[in-house]
Amino acid sequence: MTDYNFAYLDEATKRMLRRAILKAVAIPGYQVPFSSREMPMPYGWGTGGVQVTAACLVPEDTLKVIDQGADDTTNAVSIRNFFARVARVTTTEATAEASVIQTRHRIPERPLTDGQILVFQVPIPEPLRFLEPRETETRTMHALEDYGLMQVRLYEDIARHGEIARAYAYPVRVEGRYIMDPSPIPKFDNPKLDRSPALHLFGAGREGRIYALPPHTRVESLDFEDYPFTASKAAGQRCAICGAEDSYLDEVITDDAGGRMFVCSDTDYCATRVAAQAEDAA
Amino acid sequence: MYVAVKGGERAIENAHAWLDDARRGDRDVPDLGLAQIREQLALAVDRVMAEGSLHDPDLAALALKQARGDVIEAVFLIRAFRTTLPRFGASLPVDTSQMQILRRISATYKDAPGGQVLGPTFDYTHRLLDFDLAQAPDVPPAPEIKAEPADTPHILSHLGAEGLMQGEGPGGPEVPDLTRTPLEFPAERALRLQALARGDEGFLLSLAYSTQRGYGRNHAFVGELRIGHLRVSAHLPELGFEIEFAEILLTECESVNQFQGSKTEPAQFTRGYGLVFGQSERKAISMALVDRALRARELGEDMDGAPAQDEEFVLSHCDNIQSSGFLEHIKLPHYVDFQAELELIRKLRRDAAARQAAE
Repeated sequence: MTDYNFAYLDEATKRMLRRAILKAVAIPGYQVPFSSREMPMPYGWGTGGVQVTAACLVPEDTLKVIDQGADDTTNAVSIRNFFARVARVTTTEATAEASVIQTRHRIPERPLTDGQILVFQVPIPEPLRFLEPRETETRTMHALEDYGLMQVRLYEDIARHGEIARAYAYPVRVEGRYIMDPSPIPKFDNPKLDRSPALHLFGAGREGRIYALPPHTRVESLDFEDYPFTASKAAGQRCAICGAEDSYLDEVITDDAGGRMFVCSDTDYCATRVAAQAEDAA
Repeated sequence: MYVAVKGGERAIENAHAWLDDARRGDRDVPDLGLAQIREQLALAVDRVMAEGSLHDPDLAALALKQARGDVIEAVFLIRAFRTTLPRFGASLPVDTSQMQILRRISATYKDAPGGQVLGPTFDYTHRLLDFDLAQAPDVPPAPEIKAEPADTPHILSHLGAEGLMQGEGPGGPEVPDLTRTPLEFPAERALRLQALARGDEGFLLSLAYSTQRGYGRNHAFVGELRIGHLRVSAHLPELGFEIEFAEILLTECESVNQFQGSKTEPAQFTRGYGLVFGQSERKAISMALVDRALRARELGEDMDGAPAQDEEFVLSHCDNIQSSGFLEHIKLPHYVDFQAELELIRKLRRDAAARQAAE
């Protein structure tokens, strides 16, 4: 074999994926089954996102890939190189310049704009999975809008811990209908989903599911009136590099004596701020 | 310091270079040829073909070499290649009674038309290390006799003729394709068998073993186990006739299981079925037992929650490319999620401490 089709997948597969994506866009939050292909990277390493990205890319696109918010984490580098090779699209690290962004575990800090596509890598698409392991059951629960089990679970959290003890993959309700797993983003990122002007696509390769949030979709994090949702992050800290107080922070251990620092997980956001500060100083 | 947490392009390149170097090993040892792997590690090649769902011994040998002998990694290489191949259509069903037999045994009949042939089996070898093999000895060819071409009808067909073996009915006109349509439950038997045929040998072995030990017990006899070569043909609409395009080695197992009858059916024997590329009877027997266990619902048998009887459990977890990928992904960075957990745990501890102090 000497060459692969544009964006690796053959056109028939891309058409199948695009049909699934269109259906997902038409029914926000609904998990559309699709026939996932084996990809040249392992299941669990972003094959769902890679397939969705491959189906969305056109030669004019500019692609950004992040993992944990960073462009230089190993798996982000690997996926970006993959598309640079098989689709020869322009790649970027700048959120503002990207037309398609594939992500794992984060939403960029810089608000997304009209026309951008954010593609999430999803490990377990079913928000009810850890309440009910059977797909046959959970599909019925979604169909009947039977979400009592989830409400009870969240209530039990409050009864035991005084709050909903979920830090990431925090479930949301889409347009008042489907309960959806926003993928394992920290709940800090959940509010960014609500009425975003960008198209959000979610691909779960191993589980063979695609779901979507069309632009301007209402997305509410599940909560109770007396226990409202809060988007939390490292309390009272700021980025040690750019000084940001509004970004999601990673904790970095700096020595073996309990020393630590906090830095932006979104490397582009951090670098842009540092560059702007340097410009101001000059 | 900050950079140390992040991976990077150069780290990946260097890791790949190191991998290539380690794969080659000591340069004073001759490089391993694909023909050596194909001929001398044939059962590993067979397993890679079976679980990779692609019959090509040379590619399987290449995959094993590239994977440094890691069978699941080799299966993955084959799967990722297979998925890029165009589909022309489906072959005609192979008739395994036409097999050129290498091995054929039955545990239910002492003799049967066509005879029993042990073939190249480990079964009665004593598992003593053969130190002579380390010295690359000359191996004389095995003794041969001229075999008379003879029909070897399936042994279970004799039971079928007596009405004691449940018939299987004709297959549908369309062959379901697990790799082209999303798996949905309940899955028909043809689709289940397709999943089992590419499923992980170790997983199916353990599940089959669990049925023998009482988790969904249904005692199985090996009615027949046969290994041999078969020609594969397809009907080409452009030509208007059939052409043979391959000869492949297959292992087939038919198990015989008792069935005490139900309201609609008399007592009879039922069949579990296993069919695998290459010589792989452990896999074929395991597959037959698991196939039979998965028929519990259709046969109205007691379902006591045994994993092997649970179609959704078995089919969702039997693929080693899916399971190893997801298992190993937990070594990817998760520090964003972990950070969120860390904050949550700290907060819960703060809250609990504050409550205790207040009490």
